[in-house]
Amino acid sequence: MARIVVITSGKGGVGKTTTSAAMATGLALEGHKTAVIDFDVGLRNLDLIMGCERRVVYDFVNVINGDASLRQALIKDKRTENLFILPASQTRDKDALTEEGVGQVLDELSQEFDYILCDSPAGIERGALMAAYFADEAVVVTNPEVSSVRDSDRMLGILASKTRKAEQGEGPLPSRLLLTRYAPERVDKGEMLSVEDVVEILSIEMLGVVPESQSVLNASNAGMPVILDKESDAGQAYSDAVARFLGEERPHRFLTAQKKGILGRLFKG
Amino acid sequence: MKGIFDYFRSPPPPQTSARMAKERLQVIVARERGHRAGPDYLPALHRELLEVIRKYVRVNDESVQMTLENQGDCEILEVNITLSESERQL
Ligand SMILES: Nc1ncnc2c1ncn2[C@@H]1O[C@H](COP(=O)(O)OP(=O)(O)OP(=O)(O)O)[C@@H](O)[C@H]1O
Ligand SMILES: [Mg+2]
Repeated sequence: MARIVVITSGKGGVGKTTTSAAMATGLALEGHKTAVIDFDVGLRNLDLIMGCERRVVYDFVNVINGDASLRQALIKDKRTENLFILPASQTRDKDALTEEGVGQVLDELSQEFDYILCDSPAGIERGALMAAYFADEAVVVTNPEVSSVRDSDRMLGILASKTRKAEQGEGPLPSRLLLTRYAPERVDKGEMLSVEDVVEILSIEMLGVVPESQSVLNASNAGMPVILDKESDAGQAYSDAVARFLGEERPHRFLTAQKKGILGRLFKG
Repeated sequence: MKGIFDYFRSPPPPQTSARMAKERLQVIVARERGHRAGPDYLPALHRELLEVIRKYVRVNDESVQMTLENQGDCEILEVNITLSESERQL
């Protein structure tokens, strides 16, 4: 039986797809057979971030409609063993993801995989609800910024009441926070919410903090999950998050600004 | 007089923009959580109450505040209607 994990946020553009690609790759690197599903119907992007966009033949909706088998639609990752991608459909039909269809695909995947990651679309509409509905747990991706934090809280409300687990009376969906695009030097200047602020407002357990980093853009340009860039701060932060996800205890890194030399501070102005 | 060591210490942050963000978020998140916890009919009840009140006095949307509390085995719906000077007469 696979563990189903939704990567969600409410607000758009905060780093869900970046996180889905990185975490799926990280779990596969640890030897877990992992499938990552793009739920963003109409706006397929995970394939591009994973660098497999030219190998897409069938998609999620084709499988739901019975036009293709899962085996035909799943793309085996070229770089990482144990990793498979199920791309989103580019249909404009927003109702293409039915609860029954999604449930069947997840059931079938569950037979074979250890982890299924669901890359949620933005918003709190059907696509986002479907990505979350069957999940066993959630990773809530948030930026240290007012609208993202507020939307994350709304999403937490949905995870607590509108998922299958919640409906079956198992209580709120276990959810952890991944704070991304964090800029410690701006936090120091009082220009950005700190990790502690966000954790306090959302009262949620922290999975990790990913710094704002050029390496994320570089990785997406190359179609390579940033976690494979072992030298980069963001890549290392994602590796830590995956280790914590798997139960390991790791100290949080990249929370403080790079120290400037004495001269740098004297002439700061 | 500013000593040499003062150059190494950043000044205490006054009302920073991050503080403001945090305070505003705490208020709005608490309010929205309250709404989520309440029964579904509360927003509609709020709207209709406003309509009825407005037949008699001019009030703005914030002047009607509703809170639902559990006390023992009964629920108390408290409705507070604030009338300010200028709003008294229609
Ligand atoms: N840690 C980071 N540092 C710098 N840029 C980042 C970081 N994380 C994400 N980004 C950038 O933010 C943008 C949005 O990222 P991404 O597509 O992963 O977000 P998303 O939440 O999936 O968006 P959508 O809601 O549209 O699906 C991208 O340009 C990405 O490169
Ligand atoms: Mg995305």
